[in-house]
Amino acid sequence: MKTNVTTDMPLKIAIASGKGGTGKTTVSVNLFHFIRQSWTSRVALVDCDVEEPNDLIFFPGAKLLSEKEATLPVPEIITDKCTFCRKCVEYCEFNAIVVIPPVKFAEINPSLCHSCGACLVACQDDAIIEKPYSIGKIRKYAVDEQAVIVEGLLKIGSAMQTSLIKIVKKEPVNNAEVILYDAPPGTSCPVVTTTADADYIILVTEPTPFGLHDLKLTVDLLRELEKPFGVIVNKAGLGNRDVYDYLEKEDIELIGEIPFDKKYASGYARGELLSHIPEKMENIYRQIVQDLKEKVSDYA
Amino acid sequence: MHEITLLSGKGGTGKTTIAAALASVARDAVFCDADVDAADMHLILKPEILEEHRFESNYVAKIDDDNCTRCSKCVEYCRFDAIHYKPFGGLEINPFQCEGCRLCERICPVGAIHSEKNNNNFWYVSNTRFGTLVHARMGAGEENSGKLVTEVRKKAMEIAKETGARFVITDGPPGIGCPVISALTGTHKVLMVIEPTKSGLHDIERLVDLARNFEPEMFAVINKYDINTGVTKEIEKYLEENSIQLLARIPFDTVMVEAMLHEKTIVEFKPASALSKMIKEIWENVAKTAYAEVTK
Ligand code: SF4
Ligand code: SF4
Ligand code: SF4
Ligand code: SF4
Repeated sequence: MKTNVTTDMPLKIAIASGKGGTGKTTVSVNLFHFIRQSWTSRVALVDCDVEEPNDLIFFPGAKLLSEKEATLPVPEIITDKCTFCRKCVEYCEFNAIVVIPPVKFAEINPSLCHSCGACLVACQDDAIIEKPYSIGKIRKYAVDEQAVIVEGLLKIGSAMQTSLIKIVKKEPVNNAEVILYDAPPGTSCPVVTTTADADYIILVTEPTPFGLHDLKLTVDLLRELEKPFGVIVNKAGLGNRDVYDYLEKEDIELIGEIPFDKKYASGYARGELLSHIPEKMENIYRQIVQDLKEKVSDYA
Repeated sequence: MHEITLLSGKGGTGKTTIAAALASVARDAVFCDADVDAADMHLILKPEILEEHRFESNYVAKIDDDNCTRCSKCVEYCRFDAIHYKPFGGLEINPFQCEGCRLCERICPVGAIHSEKNNNNFWYVSNTRFGTLVHARMGAGEENSGKLVTEVRKKAMEIAKETGARFVITDGPPGIGCPVISALTGTHKVLMVIEPTKSGLHDIERLVDLARNFEPEMFAVINKYDINTGVTKEIEKYLEENSIQLLARIPFDTVMVEAMLHEKTIVEFKPASALSKMIKEIWENVAKTAYAEVTK
């Protein structure tokens, strides 16, 4: 067990799910709550679902500590210096640059640019400079002196969600002992970025054919990434037993089961997840946190 | 020809279940699963695959260890921290972190880096009991799902044109990022499936702000509306203020899940139910406006 926590690296746990709407946010928010109660008060919840961040809805009393723009350096062409040689166009793999020599037109489309820097290397005439371009916001909130929530909010119309997640994850969370990453749904790049440095990953699924199908895709991904993970079955009792057969067959750890409860679901609907937790749920989450605490000490 | 795209902001609102149910009542339509990241429509539509195509997405760079002089220039230039020192000497590129910009390949003094296109993505044209379905399977951890969305939609449109189908019904991706932008580009109608939760409302506001830029006609249904009638009222107010037509309020019913377990749409599973009637009405309302525009 850890004794001198201040010198330790924080433990990073990512909460992910292939399918959306399986209750990933509910689980993240509850884990945050119960980790604070029965493990450590120095915990941070980082909402990496930057397209639709929702964690904060459940903490109406949280105080805003800071807000800043998340920017990427995006190049701009200075037409006065440009010789319209089109070398930058050739270098740009993302079709973000248009240069039309006969009419002396040269422009970079910031919404297509990935900020790779290739065009700067290409240009021999010093005609390209970089300027910060906003792709969203990063907000940090305090729940109390120790526990913080960080959220990334993708600017509407920006396609740079993966880059924003990277920036969000760099936001310092003071001296947190446990950091929870609420990952976006799916199995593509943004999820890989969220889970990349996690010590352990919790997959949230539901016992339906859609839930199982998307769980399998996520499991394939995590195995390819060689990440340790376990599964929480949410809305248990709603579908069938196929997901349990799958977990057993694949030798995947079932971390816990959270029963479907319509009343609890309407609490979620109102944004009141933490004010009326049924005793049954409370016991389940406490058990999950207890198990996690023991388990992750092996991974960290 | 009209494309009707189902979107939801947040995932798990029942978008795919409703898209599949609409497929079972729509006549004259080609179906398109553009939720390529978690494509689930095929679980209900049970496609018989007619064509399989590989889809090449972004590049991934690789270092040829024998030629590399370990000068570190590539590490310095890569802005995605994708190039790492191996524990026992040499360098390697993590394919999951590589953005495919090819800059390292261009600056390597000894030409030790080359890039290859990722081709873990597939798209299909299939037959289903309701008509043609265009769908895809994305390789794990892939980027550029936006391009794959564009690809499946393009194919669905082509097929609709060739066969004279009047509609394309597209199950769109969740969120408001790159794949959603690709799904919105050029679509005619957006049908939003909203869950009456605080987060559902929050998400739909962001989605509507994005969708407006593309000027589609927008409709909405509230799914599981009775989970929270208070939030349902708030959503109704929001829709009204934004002139978005609310087509139905669908109650929570476990029969939806049961239908899914039987791999059927709700209309097939319980044809005489009130839910099935609602699905038919939703379709008639959406189709009506499309027909009206065609004959205008
Ligand atoms: S930074 Fe990269 S993506 Fe952006 S314009 Fe230059 S070459 Fe293209
Ligand atoms: S490489 Fe430089 S000089 Fe050539 S077209 Fe691009 S910006 Fe202009
Ligand atoms: S730039 Fe080329 S030679 Fe230098 S470390 Fe990279 S791969 Fe090796
Ligand atoms: S292609 Fe670009 S992102 Fe990939 S390793 Fe090379 S420099 Fe980095």
